[in-house]
Amino acid sequence: MTTLTDPPTESFRLSMLIYDTRYRSITFQIIALIGFLTLIGWLVNNTAQNLSDLGKEPSFRFMTEPAGYDINQRLIDYTSQSTHLRAAFVGLLNTLLVAVMGCALATIIGVVVGVLRLSKNWIVAKIMTIYVEMFRNVPVLLWIVLAMAIMIETLPSPREFKGDEPTASMILGDTVAITNRGIYTPEPLFSRSLGDVHLFGQSSLNFNISIDLLVLLAVLIGGIYVSRQIKHRADKIQETTGERPTTWYLRLGVVAVPIIIVLVALGFHLGYPELKGFNFKGGTHMRNSLIALWLALSLYTASFIAEVVRGGILAISHGQTEAAGALGLRPGKIMNLVVLPQALRIIIPPLISQYLNLTKNSSLAIAVGYMDITGTLGGITLNQTGRELETLLLLMLTYLIISLSISLVMNWYNERVKLVER
Amino acid sequence: MADVSFVRTEMLPERAPPATAVGIIGWMRANLFSSALNSILTLIALAFVLLVLGSLVPWLLSPTWNAVSLTECRSILHDLGREGHLGGACWGVIRDRWVQLMFGFYPSSEYWRPVVTFFMLALALAPILFAEHTPKKLIWFTAIFPFLMPWLLWGGTVWSPLGALVGFIIAYFVYKAVAAAMSEALAMIAGLVAAIIWWMLLMGPIAGALSSIMPFGFEPVQSRNFGGFLLSITIGVVAIGFSLPIGIVLALGRQSDLPLVKYICVGFIEFIRGVPLITLLFVASTLLNIFLPPGTNFDIILRVIIMATLFSSAYMAETIRGGLAALPTGQYEGADSLGLNYWQSQRLIIMPQALKISIPGIVGNFIGLFKDTTLVSIIGLLDPIGLSTAIRADTAWNGVVWELYGFIAFMFFVFCFSMSRYSMYLERKLKTGH
Repeated sequence: MTTLTDPPTESFRLSMLIYDTRYRSITFQIIALIGFLTLIGWLVNNTAQNLSDLGKEPSFRFMTEPAGYDINQRLIDYTSQSTHLRAAFVGLLNTLLVAVMGCALATIIGVVVGVLRLSKNWIVAKIMTIYVEMFRNVPVLLWIVLAMAIMIETLPSPREFKGDEPTASMILGDTVAITNRGIYTPEPLFSRSLGDVHLFGQSSLNFNISIDLLVLLAVLIGGIYVSRQIKHRADKIQETTGERPTTWYLRLGVVAVPIIIVLVALGFHLGYPELKGFNFKGGTHMRNSLIALWLALSLYTASFIAEVVRGGILAISHGQTEAAGALGLRPGKIMNLVVLPQALRIIIPPLISQYLNLTKNSSLAIAVGYMDITGTLGGITLNQTGRELETLLLLMLTYLIISLSISLVMNWYNERVKLVER
Repeated sequence: MADVSFVRTEMLPERAPPATAVGIIGWMRANLFSSALNSILTLIALAFVLLVLGSLVPWLLSPTWNAVSLTECRSILHDLGREGHLGGACWGVIRDRWVQLMFGFYPSSEYWRPVVTFFMLALALAPILFAEHTPKKLIWFTAIFPFLMPWLLWGGTVWSPLGALVGFIIAYFVYKAVAAAMSEALAMIAGLVAAIIWWMLLMGPIAGALSSIMPFGFEPVQSRNFGGFLLSITIGVVAIGFSLPIGIVLALGRQSDLPLVKYICVGFIEFIRGVPLITLLFVASTLLNIFLPPGTNFDIILRVIIMATLFSSAYMAETIRGGLAALPTGQYEGADSLGLNYWQSQRLIIMPQALKISIPGIVGNFIGLFKDTTLVSIIGLLDPIGLSTAIRADTAWNGVVWELYGFIAFMFFVFCFSMSRYSMYLERKLKTGH
């Protein structure tokens, strides 16, 4: 017996494409697809037409031609005879250098300012508020050019270090020279160096990594691992017997002693900058453009990070702290075990997005002549080769890859710390 | 038995709190010297403040207003016995160049036009920003202002903006007529088609004919003459105005059930958010003409505005998406159960709440966009920072740093800070919670 009848089988009418919700979404999507493809086709067609009118065939062959320009701040070997690809690589490393340095300094300043802004001390809190509002409400480009202008105008030139009665002098026991061309600091040298590893052979992307550095890193990581093992053992003893063995000198020792031994074995010494002629020689030279960019980006981003940190700490309800206190935890433990784990969950996602902003803002390096990837690939290479389309495409692709990888890290973190709800 | 118990039957008179717990001393004890560490912090901070004020105030109060070069400033200060970079400010550079910092190379006989435009801008914004304190009729002025602003700033014949306005009026009436007879969707399409026909085919000849009969207009001003804060504000205001609606559409697209629409929006938003604005400005200055039909060559300011708008709208979309995601599902379901269709529920239920939640983010985006207008100096436009480079290259002012950048920073600070204060006011006004 059939009590259920089949639904009325309506024949398909054209108006159902608009009025029937079953078909409407498909209609709209097809219209959107056609519109989108038409737009893309129109743009590509115009581009092809314009490029063939200009006689430029899209090609990336220029990347393997000699660049013909110098880059003054670089981490890897580069001469003006190197290829454009090599120049872009130097630029990319410079971008990453300033981004990493900037993120580190911005985090330190940001956390300190954010915490101090919550201080019960009225005057300290107000000073921090003024700092945050001052830096947040003025364009970062202005801070960058201002920092550069201050470095050039107010710091002594290397010439002023010369002569019997110099008007400027090096600081920290004649080891660091602060000049308007940049800062010269001692560089680490190894008299019994193990040499370098050469990566990527003869290609444009080859670079060297010092084996000394790798050895030092390996020893450091090994030391930290052993130190953690000691801590685990101490924890275990505490859990079973209730008494914690004193381990701090052991833990410090296993990290520090091997490092010192390796440093002595490699013949570690410092190479000091010296005034020769009209400029300093030796030591590590951080150019003023790098310093101006680094400081301006860090101070600017720190004001945003301070707000993120403040928001994160304020978001933890007071009851949490009080409950932890009622359990008998000391203030340090309350911070470490109760407040921070919860606050970090709130702080870290916007913090990473601030890192992303800093990395993207580092493209303003071009305003002070720091040769990051925008300055090399999107600046001089673009102007010399006249390949706007290809260079800008590569430039945007590079930034997209950096951004998307940072986003991936953020999503992974969010997924990991997400509160598991019902 | 004698009654030895004693019960006081009247209240003791209230005593004043101890002098150390109230008033300025009490406040200082609570906020400045509550503990030893706090007292040390206070003293360090006080010393810092005094040090900064001690060098800043004399620097600010320096009688160099009339100097015509940095050398003259230095000699005036030298006569007063003040030397060095912190000896005193050289305000002569501001007096000498503030007009340029405001208007760039805008023809000086026409300065009244930008000035009037910005007063009108304030008037046009008033009904949006302070709806309850302004007369209702003023909103009509806000509607006309987008057509008035380019005409006043760029000059030219009055008939072009009027023609553009007429296009919208035609679209409206066609929409009304068709909507009364047929469906709304068809009416929207018909209105759009009518307006496009007017703009593409009819407007040009008619406006041309009218301007030859009645040549009423202003002297045209070239885009390359725009500069200073005039340029920043023009780019900022137009890009802000367009990025909000585009951002709303993108956010809705990203939340859409239609996978194709969703992926187009996601792709656009993630692409724009993944690249720095400066690369987009490079595209505007070198590439945009390659993407358009051969022979197209349009204004550099317009190109920059397009790119700044696209850039900002992607960020706006993410902010608004946050607001949409924060709304409880019950709101969407409630709107559906009332029988509202998609656009009605968005307009009446969802958007008013989602936008309210995202006000701080939206205003933050506005501030960011306004600050980012300074990037145009890198592609060679003369915004305040571009001009500052030019001024510092001038032999008379070679070496001037703090005064110039301080002035520009102060101006930006005033604009951005008032925007953020306004957003706080708006948040308080719209707060419906407890």
